[in-house]
Amino acid sequence: MEDLIDPEFLQTSVDEDRYANGINEKEGAFGYMIRLENLSKIYNTMGDNRVVALNNISLSINKGEFVAIMGPSGSGKSTLMNIIGCLDVATEGKYYLDGRDITSYNHNQLAEIRNKKFGFVFQGFNLLPKLTALENVELPLIYAGVGAKKRREEAIRTLEMMGLGERIHHRPSELSGGQQQRVAIARALVNHPSVILADEPTGNLDSKSGMEIMEIFEELHSRGNTIILITHDINIARYARRLITIRDGQIVSDEEVEMQ
Amino acid sequence: MGVTAVITLISLGQGSTRRVTSQIESLGTNLIIINITGGRNRSVTEEDLERIKNIPGVSEIAPVLSGGVTVKAGNKNTNSSLEAITPGYQQVRNSHVQLGRFLLQNDLDMRFRVAVVGVDVADELFGRRDIVGEKISINGVEFSIVGILEEKGSSIAGSDDNKVIIPLTTGQRLLRNTEVRTFYVSTQSPDVVNQVVGEIQRFLTRKFNDENSFRVFNQTQLLSTINEATATLTMMLGGIAGISLLVGGIGIMNIMLVSVTERTREIGIRKAIGAKRRDILIQFLIESAVLSGLGGVLGIMLGFVGVRFLSRILNIPAAISADVVLLATGFSVAVGVIFGLYPASKAASLNPIDALRYE
Repeated sequence: MEDLIDPEFLQTSVDEDRYANGINEKEGAFGYMIRLENLSKIYNTMGDNRVVALNNISLSINKGEFVAIMGPSGSGKSTLMNIIGCLDVATEGKYYLDGRDITSYNHNQLAEIRNKKFGFVFQGFNLLPKLTALENVELPLIYAGVGAKKRREEAIRTLEMMGLGERIHHRPSELSGGQQQRVAIARALVNHPSVILADEPTGNLDSKSGMEIMEIFEELHSRGNTIILITHDINIARYARRLITIRDGQIVSDEEVEMQ
Repeated sequence: MGVTAVITLISLGQGSTRRVTSQIESLGTNLIIINITGGRNRSVTEEDLERIKNIPGVSEIAPVLSGGVTVKAGNKNTNSSLEAITPGYQQVRNSHVQLGRFLLQNDLDMRFRVAVVGVDVADELFGRRDIVGEKISINGVEFSIVGILEEKGSSIAGSDDNKVIIPLTTGQRLLRNTEVRTFYVSTQSPDVVNQVVGEIQRFLTRKFNDENSFRVFNQTQLLSTINEATATLTMMLGGIAGISLLVGGIGIMNIMLVSVTERTREIGIRKAIGAKRRDILIQFLIESAVLSGLGGVLGIMLGFVGVRFLSRILNIPAAISADVVLLATGFSVAVGVIFGLYPASKAASLNPIDALRYE
């Protein structure tokens, strides 16, 4: 099948030293985990209205970074996340992921990349209500073609890591918001993705559960996971190490966050 | 629903086809019936019959003299049809006795007053069937019963069981008529029927110098005509059932479309975590096939009940064949897949972002 992506590319355990110093000199710009070049996203609405959601954005993110993308609603931050997460494609510009140009990949290739390279955590949890916590976490492994037994072991292990070992057979409706979000994080992690993309992960939670979730992200970051956090809440954004602010589809600031 | 209709209607259709066909086949598929019509003194002689019998392909010939008679036994009497025959009748008309014996050449030669009766006559006059040896009077002449015919049931031509068979020679006297105007010919195989019919027509045309003075009925012609008619009937019933399958299919498509819309968000989630189009397509196709397959199983069960019920009420023998059940099941799953295709491809082609945003 011509759809198939080079299996080596999909291997998640990319050689560690390559990213040890952030930029790998030999590979230059391609050493970043994610590199966007002059990316634009333009929506053609009814009539001749053109809505420019993203305007000529260039951005690089290294392995192991904990990045918060902040901006008011309508700033284009969700569009940016969708493009980074391969849920959407840009109108113009280039997107390199792990040094590879994936700008022109088709639906199936993008689906495979989403499955293997990204873990999504959404504001609304987006768990399947009819499936148990365990089945929800197994889902990405099903699409990755992992066998039933291994799938189960992996899913249980990841749920236990999230402190949900007791609740693997509960349905989302039987879990609290914080627990549901932890199931969602387990689902995002179970495939050992390169990047975790979290879109307002605390938006639907009370402040206590929200803090717990952010502590989980901190923990994941300290273990070397790459995390991209989309939020409009500066208090949540402060958990990250790098803060990118966008407004009207353009990056207005990109700075280190001083440790709390 | 569609499957129920298919099973019920096709089973009933095939059942009635089979009944009509078996009725006709019970007359013998290689049977030719010749009626001499029009004009007085038009009849066939023994020599004519002998010549016809010698036509290649003819296996047996049976002249019949028939008429309505009153049959009496004790103080009971009944009207039945009399057939005065030769022993060849047994083979030609595929008519056998269940008790006693059939008429023999000796009965003809000696003009014995012996009779073989149908079960209706036995029931009517004696109220029982073991009446070999009893006496009956036919139009006032006494006969002894030597055999009881096998029960044939009623056919489109009326009851075959209300009849009395006596030797041809005796009958000629009884009916005061020596002119044989009807005779049956059986051929050695159904394949030569048409050829034999041609020969008989040629022979009789030469004899009477008139093509319209006789009629030749061909059993296979009749059979194929009726088969065609019932096949049309079955097709029509099948067509009705097919339309109901179509309606059922559209129903399934509707359900699946609603399901796809309701689960837009689920599709979005699945796509976000890496489901390819094919995965979604297969998921919905399987659901659709399972849905319609279950409907099919339900339909088969309902169909069985419906066939039982209808065949009892309409008095049509129903034949539920394995073919029909398999066909209907296969069809219902196929309907599920075909009508699920559009909703499934709609689901598969959803844009993940739009699907995720959907409330």
